[in-house]
Amino acid sequence: MGAETGAEARDEYNIIGKSVPKKDAWLKVTGQAEYADDLTLPGMLYGKLLRSPHPHARILHIDTARAAALPGVRAIVTGKDFPGIKYGNIPTTRDYLPLAIDKVRYIGDEVAAVAAIDEDTAEEALDLIEVEYEVLPAVFEPEEAVQPGAPQIHDHCPGNVAAQSAFHFGNVDQGFAASDSIQEDLFETQPIKHGMLEPHACIGVWESTGRITLRASKQSPYVVWRQLAMGLGIEPGQIRVIQTVIGGGFSGGKQEAMPMDFCAVLLSKKTRRPVKFVHAMDEVLSIGHMRHPMKIWLRTGVKKDGTLLAQHCQLTANGGAYSSIGQFSMYLAGAMLNLPYRLPNIKYEARRIYTNNGFCGALRGHTIPQICFARDSQLDMIGEKLGLDPVEIRLRNAVQTGDTTANGFRISTFGFNECIEKAAEASHWREKHGKLSKYRGIGIGCGSLICGARLMGHSASSAEVRVQEDGTVLLTTGSTDVGQGADTVLSMIAAEVLGVEVDNVRFPKVDTDMTPVDPGTFGSRVTFWTGNAVKLAAEDARQQLADIAAQKLGVDPKELVFRNRHVFIRNDPRQGVALKELVRWAEFRLGKMITGRGAYAAGEELIDFRTGYGNISPAYTPSACVVEVEVDPETGQVTVVGIWGADDSGFPLNPMAVKGQVLGATVMCIGQALYENLIRIQGQVMNPSFRDYKMPLATDLPKLANVEHRNVITRDPAGPFGAKEAGEGAGTGVIAAVANAIYNATGVRMKNLPMSPDRILCGLQELQKEKNGPQK
Amino acid sequence: MKDLLPLSLRVNGERHDLLIRPWRTLLEVLRENLGLTGAKRSCQEGQCGACTVLIDGKPVNSCLYLAIEAQDKEILTIEGLGRGDAGLHPIQKSFAEKGAVQCGFCTAGLILTTKALLDENPNPSEDEVRNGIVGHLCRCTGYFQIVEAVLDAAREMRSEGRR
Repeated sequence: MGAETGAEARDEYNIIGKSVPKKDAWLKVTGQAEYADDLTLPGMLYGKLLRSPHPHARILHIDTARAAALPGVRAIVTGKDFPGIKYGNIPTTRDYLPLAIDKVRYIGDEVAAVAAIDEDTAEEALDLIEVEYEVLPAVFEPEEAVQPGAPQIHDHCPGNVAAQSAFHFGNVDQGFAASDSIQEDLFETQPIKHGMLEPHACIGVWESTGRITLRASKQSPYVVWRQLAMGLGIEPGQIRVIQTVIGGGFSGGKQEAMPMDFCAVLLSKKTRRPVKFVHAMDEVLSIGHMRHPMKIWLRTGVKKDGTLLAQHCQLTANGGAYSSIGQFSMYLAGAMLNLPYRLPNIKYEARRIYTNNGFCGALRGHTIPQICFARDSQLDMIGEKLGLDPVEIRLRNAVQTGDTTANGFRISTFGFNECIEKAAEASHWREKHGKLSKYRGIGIGCGSLICGARLMGHSASSAEVRVQEDGTVLLTTGSTDVGQGADTVLSMIAAEVLGVEVDNVRFPKVDTDMTPVDPGTFGSRVTFWTGNAVKLAAEDARQQLADIAAQKLGVDPKELVFRNRHVFIRNDPRQGVALKELVRWAEFRLGKMITGRGAYAAGEELIDFRTGYGNISPAYTPSACVVEVEVDPETGQVTVVGIWGADDSGFPLNPMAVKGQVLGATVMCIGQALYENLIRIQGQVMNPSFRDYKMPLATDLPKLANVEHRNVITRDPAGPFGAKEAGEGAGTGVIAAVANAIYNATGVRMKNLPMSPDRILCGLQELQKEKNGPQK
Repeated sequence: MKDLLPLSLRVNGERHDLLIRPWRTLLEVLRENLGLTGAKRSCQEGQCGACTVLIDGKPVNSCLYLAIEAQDKEILTIEGLGRGDAGLHPIQKSFAEKGAVQCGFCTAGLILTTKALLDENPNPSEDEVRNGIVGHLCRCTGYFQIVEAVLDAAREMRSEGRR
């Protein structure tokens, strides 16, 4: 697998740009990494949650007496034990409760919780809790939920429209009028789950002094900190959230406070013992947080030469029972119609509808892979009509560095042409497209992503760098490592600035009592935002050290270089002083700690997610992916035989980690393209198990020789050392690439996900019927 | 306490005498009684492989394996691999150095399965590696760097003459 590593730029830095093994890999390969479920506190109890068996019902009465009498049960809580304050993200759409009070809204909604001496006892107690429900009519499809007379899921939201966005940039009517060709299609995507292997887990402690500590697997500990305070009706200062090692995040619930967190702390208050909760996998796979299933109607107008003139998109998302960050989810899908293709006229109307299903939110790529599936599938259909090669039509419309898009994105760097060309070259596109054997096909798909979002709430990152008396560095941030390698890349940035080795940098996990406040890990923000904060913090510490060193060495601080845990005079490298001596001098004699602080905020630009104009992110990444497939016409089975991608992550700070991110994101979207589907009947998840919820296996993927990822280097001026995101963008075009490859192989155009064997066979049959002509 | 059965387990070369309930799985006993938390609790139905340990050199899903079945057998967990003066096992090194570890939840199980695979077949083809690890889910990596790490470890072990 010939991954290019940006070698041309390697030598200018000591550490940046080199493939550095993940810092915590040594703990993980020896089994020493401590995940939340690995922790046991003295006297700890075990909690379990009772969930609603009904998709929609009023809670009339809960009788916990029999459960409470079960030997080994220590306490039970229901919704009435909490203050009844709704919590959530965007102030206008807060609709979560720690436990349901009056109503349950989907099968799996949390109703009560038990703490017992062991998990078996806690589970047994759940069966003894008697809940009297008045079952209400339920609604599962958005189209039905918006009809007059449909069941109303939230009192605050008559009509069940949880969020809507409506943008109009340019003038689509004029754009369509000027078009030579117009294409109109409806695409449909399915709900998928994050599939992280570590179930949600936490341990809550409520001390008699009122101090609360939550140890939990959380990718955004400060969000949890605020939400816990919000839902408990107390001040955040009373709460301490300590992050444990995270066994995969993908925004599968670990970015928020969940019912288990509230119940763990409240049951601890009642029992004066630590209380631990760990979800079983069937809970993880059936409860909320999943990728929005969508119906995407897309109308596109083009000139004869393939130039895109106008696009009108109507999108309906089945949001499920709660909001999560649904308003942002709707904004983002429409915003990303502006990238990676130039489009002067865009109209977008999206609605996220409440239904009695598990709720939807973010999942690696958020709502972008869905919109890219629709848009990049349709682009191929348009290209075919006009006789344009898929690569050519993409190159013709590619957004360029320096562009401002119709919705106001300011594009600082965008190596999209190069992405397309590199993916085409690596895949031997020109030798293959249209030239492969029957049932073998090749397709391209492209996408784009933000490097962190300017959100309405907390939109900044901060970091602290303490240089210690031995010359090593303690780096604290509020960003978490979810496995993506933040621990390593942030340490690399600090090490590069201070002239120490990566191993000399400690990167403790987030502890809200100790680490700087930060929104956390999501939206591909960490390398860019926190990375910038770390760089500034390290530069601050370096300046403090330089000032002291300059005095000692009798030179101007500007004449100093930091290398090998020493400070040297640039023109006389024999003259130097060890960092440890400087720090000891500062601490012991001058009474000064060497602590650098840095913060990165991307300005005050706030975007109304309902109307959508503005520059959401400080930078944007494009990517292109070519996929080759083989389709078995007898079974409809699709085999991915090759993947060649390129993405512009600005400058890959750690090429091995970038490759892992890019390929991981790619395979996740292959899962959505071909296999995964959370099947629900009347709101009941039918496959809440890895046996039946099919994620890609090692044998489902192409051989190493047929997989390649190439970096496109653009060095974003605002990114730390030129870096942009790498964790999500590369997956965004993959679903369309698979769809386009299947079309190329079979002539079957797949507009519904997943592109499963049954659908492919149906498509092949339809084609055969068309070929045979109308039956007489 | 009438439910409790005496059980003697040999784990990572050490003998442990325990009293357990007979329905406890090996995973539960390893994690809860012996404090060996390297084997992970994930799907609990033998689908993900995160709980894999070696029993007499063969990988098993310890979530589906009763602890009492493991009596008189040699159990190896991740904690027993690559400790002591010899340092990390080449498979552990290779996983760490080749980017095969991201969130790490699948890692211990995969390393143990790899050990069983390479002990049996020191020079596997890429297909044999993929088939060998097919019982393990990994959501982070897309498996490519894991396959590379296994092939790399195999090369390293062959050159060291180590099985």
